[in-house]
Amino acid sequence: MNASVIIFYILSAFILGAALLAVTTRKIFRSAIFLLFSLIGTAALFFWMGVEFIAAVQIIIYVGGIVVLIIFSIFLTQKSGEEMPKPIRSRSLFSALALLFGFAFIYHLIYKYQFSQPGPHLFEVKVSDIGTQMLSTTEHGFVLPFEVVSILLLASMIGCIVIAMKIKPAEENER
Amino acid sequence: MNEISITHILFVSTALFFIGMYGLFTRRNMITMLMAIEIILNSVNINFVAFNKYLYPGKLDGIFFTIFIITIAAAEAAMAIAIIINLYRSHHSIDVEDAEELKY
Amino acid sequence: MGPYFFVILIPLLPLISFCILGLFGRKYIKTISGTLGVLILFITTVLSLYTAYHYYFIDGKVNGLYQHIIAFKYTWLQFSPRVSIDMGILLDPISVMMIVIVSFISLMVHIFSLGYMKGEERFATYYAFLSLFTFSMLGLVLSSNIFQIYIFWELVGISSFLLIGFYFEKPSAVTASNKAFIVTRFADFGFLIGILILAFYSGTLDFGTLIERLTSAGSSQYIEIHSATFLGVSMLTWGLGLVFIGGAGKSAMFPLHIWLPDAMEGPTPVSALIHAATMVVAGVFLVARLFPVFSIDQTVLQLVTWVGAFSALFAAVVACTQRDIKRILAFSTMSQIGFMMFSLGVSKYGGESGLGYTASMFHLFTHAFFKSLLFLGAGAVIHFAHSNDINDLGGLRKRIPVTHVSFLIACLAIAGIPPFSGFFSKEEILMAAYHSDKLIYGIAVLTSALTAFYMFRLYYSVFWRKDFHVHDNMHDEGSPSMKLSMIVLAFCTAFAGFVPVSSWITSDGAPMESHINVGFSAFPVLMALAGIGLASYLYKTENRKPQLLTASLGSLYRAAYRKFYIDEVYLFITRKIIFNGIGRPAAWFDKNIVDGFMNGLASVTSKISESIKGLQSGKVQNYALYFFGGIIGLAVLFIYLMK
Repeated sequence: MNASVIIFYILSAFILGAALLAVTTRKIFRSAIFLLFSLIGTAALFFWMGVEFIAAVQIIIYVGGIVVLIIFSIFLTQKSGEEMPKPIRSRSLFSALALLFGFAFIYHLIYKYQFSQPGPHLFEVKVSDIGTQMLSTTEHGFVLPFEVVSILLLASMIGCIVIAMKIKPAEENER
Repeated sequence: MNEISITHILFVSTALFFIGMYGLFTRRNMITMLMAIEIILNSVNINFVAFNKYLYPGKLDGIFFTIFIITIAAAEAAMAIAIIINLYRSHHSIDVEDAEELKY
Repeated sequence: MGPYFFVILIPLLPLISFCILGLFGRKYIKTISGTLGVLILFITTVLSLYTAYHYYFIDGKVNGLYQHIIAFKYTWLQFSPRVSIDMGILLDPISVMMIVIVSFISLMVHIFSLGYMKGEERFATYYAFLSLFTFSMLGLVLSSNIFQIYIFWELVGISSFLLIGFYFEKPSAVTASNKAFIVTRFADFGFLIGILILAFYSGTLDFGTLIERLTSAGSSQYIEIHSATFLGVSMLTWGLGLVFIGGAGKSAMFPLHIWLPDAMEGPTPVSALIHAATMVVAGVFLVARLFPVFSIDQTVLQLVTWVGAFSALFAAVVACTQRDIKRILAFSTMSQIGFMMFSLGVSKYGGESGLGYTASMFHLFTHAFFKSLLFLGAGAVIHFAHSNDINDLGGLRKRIPVTHVSFLIACLAIAGIPPFSGFFSKEEILMAAYHSDKLIYGIAVLTSALTAFYMFRLYYSVFWRKDFHVHDNMHDEGSPSMKLSMIVLAFCTAFAGFVPVSSWITSDGAPMESHINVGFSAFPVLMALAGIGLASYLYKTENRKPQLLTASLGSLYRAAYRKFYIDEVYLFITRKIIFNGIGRPAAWFDKNIVDGFMNGLASVTSKISESIKGLQSGKVQNYALYFFGGIIGLAVLFIYLMK
């Protein structure tokens, strides 16, 4: 029982608790904030797992971009102080039951499965390695997905402008 | 770090996934549904990194997937907001129960 | 391919005429269609006469017995190695006689119609139908196979339907043709079952083989058909009885006679052809054709006799009261056919005791001439005076002399006055009846007297009684074609009695001597003269005696005038019993239960679909939930249950 184990448990509880509150709270602004906490918790988990680069990307894009965007749209479309309507009783019951059953089923499968032991390599993620492999054209290179993703981003930007365009100037999207 | 095996992390990611699904099924507001989708995508990211770290420590493929997923999640969230705004303009409400044109 | 192969042309020529006139008559050859029909039929008649000459005089006789010659045979449908329907032509004494009668009378009717139907819009169609009828009738009498005769039987029914309903704009004509067709079709149902029974027990459909198997006392078929019974009656009786019912329908025997008076809605020459000489004798012909088989079953012969005798008397009584010329003649036909029927019924097979058979065929022969002459004469009268009712007519003897003389000759023939043809044939019938059953003889003599009475009632009412008022635009007597046909027929009527039918047509094929027994014949002739005398007393001049007579007879007269209410009985049975008792429940069952079941299925389906419809609520989260549930279900299924 060393510190990392304790930290892991605290982090998981934080992530799950925040997510649970995010999906059940009645006030929309609070829901956005809880989402924010959950995402920050995930970034912390990435830090704990040793992938600092991903954690940084998570914070920059998810927390700094997406959550901000969501809060923006909340302001644009409704009064954020009011309570949202309650969910339909039958639906929440059924879905809770189904999801609990699904979770139990899948976790049972995972639990039963004997994962193979990791190899002798040490898990070390250097940013320079990420960069090199991203742009390499050899067998394990990811240059093609990289280019495709950039085109996708361009397309989505244009698409958003077209869909949301009206009298007002469209929402500015980035990345 | 030695005592935390992959199943622990998978527990977290699975639980996060199902919490996100609950939010998707239950929430009446479209923006909160979008938030639930982000939770789901998040859980998938944790999954990828965990598999990469515990089963294939020599390679970086999981990391790359995670990067790309984050990128695309951003683009998709933006698209979703645009669509929600458009729908708000025609229905004047973002309650998903009001958008039932596909009804019989 | 024997020497008689040309006989196949005899029915084929009218068929070709029908095709040509039917297809091209209306547009292209309307004016000559009548002459074309007459020409083709003339050739047919010549061929028939030549066949008769060849058969009767030259080589029909082998060892003193007239043969049954199969002139042509073609296997049409083979059901099994032993049973097949062969289309063939059978020549024996009665079929040769019938082709002469049919073609000759048809030729006379064709010639008469040239004048009678002139100016008719559908002239070519009329001649086409006449040719079709002639073809059907010739095919019927030449059939060698009992199924073939059924086919032509139905063809005759259809041709008569077309001809009776020729003036189809008149609703009464349409109703009459429907009635004729339906009643005869109903009788043909019995006929078909009879055919099936006979074919089943004898194992064949061919006439010659069927007769041979069912009449030779030792054969297995004979024993089988006699021993098998149904409701206590042997199958032979059932088969023959049902076949007789078919014949009785076509021959208008009681109680299937109801179509004959109404069939007078057709043109008068049609009545001359169909209801005098050819179609109505088809039933008699059928019994004669199967006579060897009939003769071994006394029950059926009794049935034939009594149905014939009763029909004869019934029709004679009703004819005394009718006012429409053609109706009187229709009932007269029914009566004369009754004569032919009971004459067959009292006959036995072979030698002298087969006199009834010969007499019946002889009467068929002479009746064809005088009855068609009567109808053609009636046609000429109606053509001249534009009325059917005898109360409107009178004193026509000076205005239409040719018609008058021929009508008189025909009336004398039908009354049985010597030396006209009817006397000879009726005398033989009475002789046959006398030798077998005195009661039948008595009925026959009474009916002959009544026949004489009502025929001369008709004659005096039309040609004497009072003077005829001439209207402004009257026709003259009629065109030469009408007169020619009547003169030829009058000639035949006068002299046909001298044709030695008995030396050619007998029940077993051996020629028979016939002689006139003066003492025997005196009584019927006196009765006929008494009938004529009574008729002239009442009707020769205009007087009140008929009205007094009808008033004194009261309800009896009324019943006879209304044809003894038989039509009302039929209406009652069909409306109250069949429609209400059987038709309505069946309709109810069909509408509520059968349709209801189908509608029920449909409504259940639609209710189920209504309830399933709710699944498509338009709510995305519901869809997502169903989706997820499905995935979990499939996962459980595949992972756990189907290892």
